[in-house]
Amino acid sequence: MREVSTKRIIAEVRDSVIRANYELGEEVVQAFKDALGYEESPVARDILGQLMENATIAKEERIPICQDTGVAVVFVELGQEVSIVGGDFKSALEEGIRQGYEDGFLRKSVCHPFTRQNTGDNTPIIVHVDVVPGDKLKIWVVPKGGGSENMSQLFMLPPSAGWAGIREKVVETVEDAGPNPCPPTIVGVGIGGNFEQSALMAKKALLRPLGTKNQDPELAKMEEELLIEINKTGIGPQGLGGRVTSLAVHILMMPCHIASLPLAVNIQCHATRHLEVVL
Amino acid sequence: MDEIFHLETPLSVEDIAPLKSGDRVTISGVLYTARDAAHHRLLKLIEAGKELPIPIKDQIIYYVGPSPAPPGRVIGAAGPTTSYRMDPYTPSLLKLGLRGMIGKGKRSKEVKEAMVKYKAIYMAAIGGAGALMARAIKEVRVLAYEDLGPEAIRELKVERLPVIVVNDIQGNDLYLEGQKQYQIA
Repeated sequence: MREVSTKRIIAEVRDSVIRANYELGEEVVQAFKDALGYEESPVARDILGQLMENATIAKEERIPICQDTGVAVVFVELGQEVSIVGGDFKSALEEGIRQGYEDGFLRKSVCHPFTRQNTGDNTPIIVHVDVVPGDKLKIWVVPKGGGSENMSQLFMLPPSAGWAGIREKVVETVEDAGPNPCPPTIVGVGIGGNFEQSALMAKKALLRPLGTKNQDPELAKMEEELLIEINKTGIGPQGLGGRVTSLAVHILMMPCHIASLPLAVNIQCHATRHLEVVL
Repeated sequence: MDEIFHLETPLSVEDIAPLKSGDRVTISGVLYTARDAAHHRLLKLIEAGKELPIPIKDQIIYYVGPSPAPPGRVIGAAGPTTSYRMDPYTPSLLKLGLRGMIGKGKRSKEVKEAMVKYKAIYMAAIGGAGALMARAIKEVRVLAYEDLGPEAIRELKVERLPVIVVNDIQGNDLYLEGQKQYQIA
């Protein structure tokens, strides 16, 4: 067994959540540049330029890209030969997030569902752990904003709906969302599994770096087709009209029950923040 | 669309009357911040006939919950939040003479009708450009509801805050017109 201390986990998670909020990934900035190549609307081109300027200011001045620094979602791949020492693993993740939000001047956005009382330290966090072969511990820190999360949808379609039904629902979800989730967006799609698995796949699909192709050629083709359909809507950057409504569609798919065709659509705003650390 | 208009708060009906959806505007002066929880409290006060902690007539409300100010800054990131969540409360504020709102995203039919009726405009700031927007904010003071943290009502002194007019007093809506222009059937 390889030992990993909770002390190290806390420090890495703390630093990652701060960095994720201050530094927009280079692949996202590249996607804005690429979008300028085919965006025709002058207003939209202006907006893409301002998003790049915003990323530069945030990085240089060490402030968040967006004031909605999100609810902290943490995906974990825990190698089965790793032994966590020095305390409780999930508490360590939570402590790292707590310290990161405090020390990084990130907005605490978690509250009681009814009283709306803020919990004050951006906890509890949302954790998904997969146990995998090997002796590595991989942690993805994914702060997710409320605006784009609110526009996400889940559909339990009849199997007869097929690909045509899926295409219709995905485009409809993006169209209904309009300007609200801060386009240009990245659209995470989970197909199959069951109710909760489709939602998890839709979110997990967003972890794939922007600009990389789906390794499954069938899914890659579906992603391309969906992106073309979405960008025909004309919603454009910030919903003010344009060619670039979404920068990419990412799909994860798995088999499902013979009675079902679950579909989840998780929309991610352009301020797509995730950071991967390997311990 | 190339000309950039400039507004100084407070705003009169005459100030906003020439503005059309799609116009780019910069704003200087005082803005008041309020989002979900603050709107809820303001409406409770209005219903009870009590005094509000901020002036409403001829003012602009900016829908924003900024991130905390690091040392040496007046504010953290401060981009707009999605406006539809404020829709149920907005017509009551428009009735009191609220002249402008800054946020992002579409408004309800009721809000759009009230904007025409009471003469107010809705402007969009760039969502997710919180670091850029913060540059225009020069002074910040919490005025009410400090217990709400990021949702407290703040007074912002701004210089040339950049926005785009979405809904003008004639009832035009840039979200509908802009999308239509680029839609491919």
